[in-house]
Amino acid sequence: MQLTNRRKVVSDKKQTVMEQLYLPGLLKGMLITGSHLFKKRATVDYPDEKRPIAPIYRGLHVLKRDDNGAERCTSCGMCAVACPAEAITMESGERKKGEEHLYREEKYAKIYEINMLRCIFCGLCEEACPKEAIFLTDRLVDAEYERDDFIYGKDKLVEKMDQRIDVTKRQTPEVLEFKKIKGLKHNELHDPKKLKDKH
Amino acid sequence: MKVTIDGIEIDVPKGTTILQAARMIGPEVAPPTMCYYSKLKTSGGYCRTCIVKVTQGSTANPNPMPKPVASCRTEVMDGMVVQNVTSPEVLEARKGVVEFLLMNHPLDCPVCDQAGECNLQDLGYGHGAVTTRYEFERREFEPIDIGDKIKLHMTRCIMCFRCVKTAEQITDGRVHGVINRGDAAEISTYIEQAIDNDFSGNVIDVCPVGALTDKTFRFKQRVWFTKPMDAHRDCENPKCTGKTRVWLKGDEILRVTARKDQWDEVEDFICNTCRYDKKKKSDWVIEGPTQVNRHSVIAQNHYNHLNNLKVQVMKQQKALGFMDYNKQP
Repeated sequence: MQLTNRRKVVSDKKQTVMEQLYLPGLLKGMLITGSHLFKKRATVDYPDEKRPIAPIYRGLHVLKRDDNGAERCTSCGMCAVACPAEAITMESGERKKGEEHLYREEKYAKIYEINMLRCIFCGLCEEACPKEAIFLTDRLVDAEYERDDFIYGKDKLVEKMDQRIDVTKRQTPEVLEFKKIKGLKHNELHDPKKLKDKH
Repeated sequence: MKVTIDGIEIDVPKGTTILQAARMIGPEVAPPTMCYYSKLKTSGGYCRTCIVKVTQGSTANPNPMPKPVASCRTEVMDGMVVQNVTSPEVLEARKGVVEFLLMNHPLDCPVCDQAGECNLQDLGYGHGAVTTRYEFERREFEPIDIGDKIKLHMTRCIMCFRCVKTAEQITDGRVHGVINRGDAAEISTYIEQAIDNDFSGNVIDVCPVGALTDKTFRFKQRVWFTKPMDAHRDCENPKCTGKTRVWLKGDEILRVTARKDQWDEVEDFICNTCRYDKKKKSDWVIEGPTQVNRHSVIAQNHYNHLNNLKVQVMKQQKALGFMDYNKQP
């Protein structure tokens, strides 16, 4: 069975004099290596220099607060049920009187965890969110020593009011419009002829 | 009596309603219901969700009925011809009914504990319009505690009267009724009086929306993250069968409800001891996972069908004489 036409049959035929000298082959290799010294570098000095990333890059998540500083997330579980990697878990709490400035709604996420080792950064959580609370940002997930450290809790995910995170690139008018209208296809199975056949 | 619903003929005894006849045929032609409950007497007739068109009154009088009728309260006549999903007029009218039901209903599904098993959610998704046309302020109430186990969110109530009928018929001595009229009507216990009866918890199960919810389960988990299992125990209460559905998260029982049939109605009303006090796994004999409709959000992330597949594969392997992979050497 021939899988490719670039196959070469290995042979142990005697080398020619030129090949036995080794020097021409060596020089040819050195020339290729040397020519790279004068070419443009393919790498960047990463922490000092960063490559430009796409405006809709999907990196580390953020849990947004509203303009008054109250958490938007109401722990409805839509992100967790949409998540194909099952990376999100949460536990809800009930807002007490006097906590209105901390949480927007009656219910809030007491614990909200994303396992960054499971997460595939697909952005479905963001799409499912009815409260515009979770967004993927252009930040990266840090390297860690322990696997446990990759489970990000609310301390790492909720944005701080003094260093707010801009998500306007991902919250364009088109996105908002898309989230508003979900075409409902109803009554399509109600074909009288089909029903008659069934019974 | 012969009655034809959506082109399907069925023979039913005298005194059957159109809705019951449609349910005998199957879920495809059965109209949705919000207030009718087959286990409760005199329920139905309030919400108008189950309206159908009668194109022929009977063989004796083949005239059509002038306007859509509530199928839960209309008895069949011999030779009656009914249109439900095959009539665009009915679907249009039902869409209007849904719009009316949603008029005062808040959009707090992300907070509501009923989300995922809410009849109004299903109805709105199946028949409703995507947007609202209502421009006025919705009526609002503060949540009330009815006893220490039930929470009443009057804002979410659609006035189906199911809980009132339950309080009337399942418990003895009703303390739970409706006050005021029309737009101002609200469910109330007299002066927030607690319901002490052993079967009062059933008002949670019959509520089609999240107006009456279990306080012991309040905000614990979304229903689709819990695993429903059929379970039973020997209940001391002679009126309670002890057959229930327990909703597990891991090994922990988060809540106990009655078992529901395909019309989302309870099979047996259960007592408060079973519902609130038996939250340990050792209290119950667990029969197995509940069969959940795979289109339901509750079936999300539950891999029961994979378990069945595994059993099948193992059976086949055994039959073919393969080695048992599950046995560790």
